[in-house]
Amino acid sequence: MAFDIYDFTSLTSSIHEGLATFLPPVGVLIAEWLLVGISVLLFVAVFGLILVYLERKVCALFQQRLGPMRVGKWGLLQTIADFIKLLMKELITPNKADKFLYNLAPFIVIIVTFMAIAAIPFAKGLQAIDFDIGVLYVSSVSSLGVIGVLLAGWSSNNKYSLIGAMRSGAQIISYELSVGMSLITMIILAGSMQISEIIQAQSTGWFIFTGHIPAVIAFIVFLIAGTAETNRGPFDLAEAESELTAGFHTEYSGIKFAFFFLAEYVNLFIVSAMATVLFLGGWMPFHVGSLDGFNAVMDFIPPIFWFFGKVMFVIFLIMWFKWTFPRLRIDQILTLEWKYLLPVNLLNILLMTLIVLMGWHF
Amino acid sequence: MTTTTLDFDTIKTQEYLVNMGPQHPSTHGVLRLVLKLEGEIVHNVDPVVGYIHSGIEKMCESLTYPQIPHLTDRMDYLSAHMNNEAVALCVENALQIEVPDRVKVIRTIMDELQRLASHQLWWCVMGMDMGALTTFFYGLRDRELILDIFEETCGARLTLNYSTPGGVMFDIHPNFQKRVKDFVKYFRAKLPEYNQLLSGNVIFRERTIGIGYLSKEDAIAWGVTGPSGRASGFACDVRKHHPYSAYDRVSFNEILRTEGDTYARYQARVDEMAESLDIIEQLIDNIPQGDHQVKMKGVIKLPEGEYYQRVETARGELGVFIVSDGKKNPYRVKFRSPGFSNLAALNHMSKGAKIADLVAIMSTLDLVIPDIDR
Repeated sequence: MAFDIYDFTSLTSSIHEGLATFLPPVGVLIAEWLLVGISVLLFVAVFGLILVYLERKVCALFQQRLGPMRVGKWGLLQTIADFIKLLMKELITPNKADKFLYNLAPFIVIIVTFMAIAAIPFAKGLQAIDFDIGVLYVSSVSSLGVIGVLLAGWSSNNKYSLIGAMRSGAQIISYELSVGMSLITMIILAGSMQISEIIQAQSTGWFIFTGHIPAVIAFIVFLIAGTAETNRGPFDLAEAESELTAGFHTEYSGIKFAFFFLAEYVNLFIVSAMATVLFLGGWMPFHVGSLDGFNAVMDFIPPIFWFFGKVMFVIFLIMWFKWTFPRLRIDQILTLEWKYLLPVNLLNILLMTLIVLMGWHF
Repeated sequence: MTTTTLDFDTIKTQEYLVNMGPQHPSTHGVLRLVLKLEGEIVHNVDPVVGYIHSGIEKMCESLTYPQIPHLTDRMDYLSAHMNNEAVALCVENALQIEVPDRVKVIRTIMDELQRLASHQLWWCVMGMDMGALTTFFYGLRDRELILDIFEETCGARLTLNYSTPGGVMFDIHPNFQKRVKDFVKYFRAKLPEYNQLLSGNVIFRERTIGIGYLSKEDAIAWGVTGPSGRASGFACDVRKHHPYSAYDRVSFNEILRTEGDTYARYQARVDEMAESLDIIEQLIDNIPQGDHQVKMKGVIKLPEGEYYQRVETARGELGVFIVSDGKKNPYRVKFRSPGFSNLAALNHMSKGAKIADLVAIMSTLDLVIPDIDR
C-alpha cells in the first residue's frame, strides 16, 4: 500500500551525471555550485516577495481591510512594484557614518539567510547540503545575523540606530539560548542532528505528537524564541517604530533597506521551516495510525506541498501574534527569556530525556 | 604576576541627548522632546514647543466675534466642537444672551459625539504607540460613523465650525436622531471589543500598570486636567462642577481613579466613552423644538470688560479669556489649552522610566500639538 515518495535525489543525480558527461570533475562541481546558488537566490527573491504580499494580506485580514488591491489582480503585483521602487531609490550614506561597515552590514544580514537556507529540506532529497550536524549549523549560522544588525546600528552614526542595535543584540543573543535549548530537546528525541534523518524519524508520526508534552512545550518555546530572534511581532524592539522611528535600519534607504527587509522575511521562513522540520515532520505527510486509505490519500499530496503548507501555517501563527499583541519593553523581554523560558526549557530537556530513556514516547 | 581587577566605579554609562522629534512617529505632530538618556533610562525630558505655532490668539484680535470660532477649530482639531462652543458661550455670556434649549441640547450631544470621536482616535493611537497596530483600524472604523454624522449635520468632518455666538450654524439634519441612536447602539456593542483587544492584554497591562505615576497633588500643581487628571483623583470635570449647555440636566458619573498611572489614565478614557454614550442616550430623544439660533445683531460688540469661559474638551479644561474694549474686535484673547498644561507634567512623570514607557506616558496624555502651540 505504501506510496513511494518522490525522491529528488534521482533528479539531482541525473543532472550530476549529465554534467559529468562533458565537464571535468572540477567543472561539474563549479557548475553545480552555480546552479544551487542561482536556485537559492531565485527562491529567496520570489519567496520574499510572496511573504511580503502575504503579510500585507494577513495583516489586512486582522485589521478589517482589504490590503493591496490596485496593482494587478488582488494587488498581486504590489510587492514587485514596491521592489522596483526600492531599486530605483537613492542610496543615502550619512555624513559621519563608518562607510565600510555601513555598506557591509546589509550584506552580512542577507548572506547569513542564504547560508541558512542551504540546509533547509524542501522535499525528499531537495536540500542543498545535508550536514550531519544540520540543526546545529542552521542555529549557529542564523545567529550570525546579529552581527549585521549590530554593525548597521553602530556604523550609521545615529543614536536611534544605536539604541535599536543594542536592544536587538541583547534580545537575539538571549533568545538564541531558548532556540538552542528547544532544538536540543528535539534532538534528544530524534537521536540525530542530521535534518534528513530527523525527518525520516518522523515517518511514523510527527514529533509534536510522538513527543507529546515536552515536544509541545518545546514547540511553544521555539515559536516565542524564534519570533524574538527574527525581530518580529511583539518582540520588534529593535525597530520599534513608535519609539526609535526604525531602529537599526533608520539610515538605510533603497536596496540596502530592502536587504534588511528581505532578510527579515527570509528569517521568518527559516524559523518556520525549522519548526516544521523539528516538530511537524518536515515534508512528511500526515498519517493516522493504521487508517491505510486515509494515509494513502495523504501520501498522494507531493511532499513539497506538505512542507510549504506546514511552513505557511507556522508563518501564519507568527503573523497572527504580530498583529495582535502590543510590543514588550526591553526589560520585560529579557525577564521573559531569563526568568521564564530558560528554566522551563532546562526542565523540559530533563523531562524529554526521561521520556526518551523510559521509552514513554510513541 | 599581577592581577588586574575591573574597577566598576570607573565604568560609567555616558548620558546622552536624543532629539525625539519634531519629526517622530510617536509625538503625533511636530513636538520636539530633548531626552537625556542613560542607556534606555530617561533622566530628563525637555519638551520644545512652538513648531506649529500659528498665532491664533493674536489673529483673533483682528477678527470679529463670529469669526473667531473658525480659528479655534484649528487648535485642538479633535475637539473642534468644544472649542467652538467655548468661544460661543463666552460671547453669549458677555452679551447675556440665553440661547434656546434646542441649541443647548444639540451642543451637548455634539460635544459628546466629538469626545467619543476624539477618545476613539486616542485609543487607536495608544495601541499603535504600544506596538499593537491593529487597534488603529478598530478605532477608526467606529470613528468614521461619528464623522459621517458630523458631515450630515454641518458639512464638515473635522473642523466643524458648528457653534457660533447665538446658536448653531444649521439646524440638525432630519436623520440626525436616528443615526445617532443607531451609532450608540452599535458602539455599545463594540466597546467591549476595545477592552478585549487592549485593556485585558497581559503585555499591555504589564507595560502600563505602575508606570508614569502622577499623584493627585502633582496633578493639581501641574494643572493636569481632563481624563489624565481624573485618573490621579483630581476631580476636575468642568461638565460636572461648572455645568454649561445642557450638562446640568443629564446624570453621568465623573470617572475618577486613584492609581494615577498610565493604565489608570487609559482606563479613565475608555470608561469615559461609556459615560458619553449615556449622556447622548439621555438627550437624543428629548431635543426640544425651537430655533437653532438667536437673532443676533449684524455686528457683535462686547461690552467693555474681561470674560472667561471654560469647557471640558476631550483633553481637559479649555479656558477662553476675552478682554474687550467695546469694539467689534476683542482687545486680547487667551486660550488656556489643556494640552499645554498636561505636557508640562511629562518630565515629572517620566523621570526614571524607559524610552518605551515615555512613549506610553505621552500617549496617555493624549497630546494634540496645535492645541499646545496654538
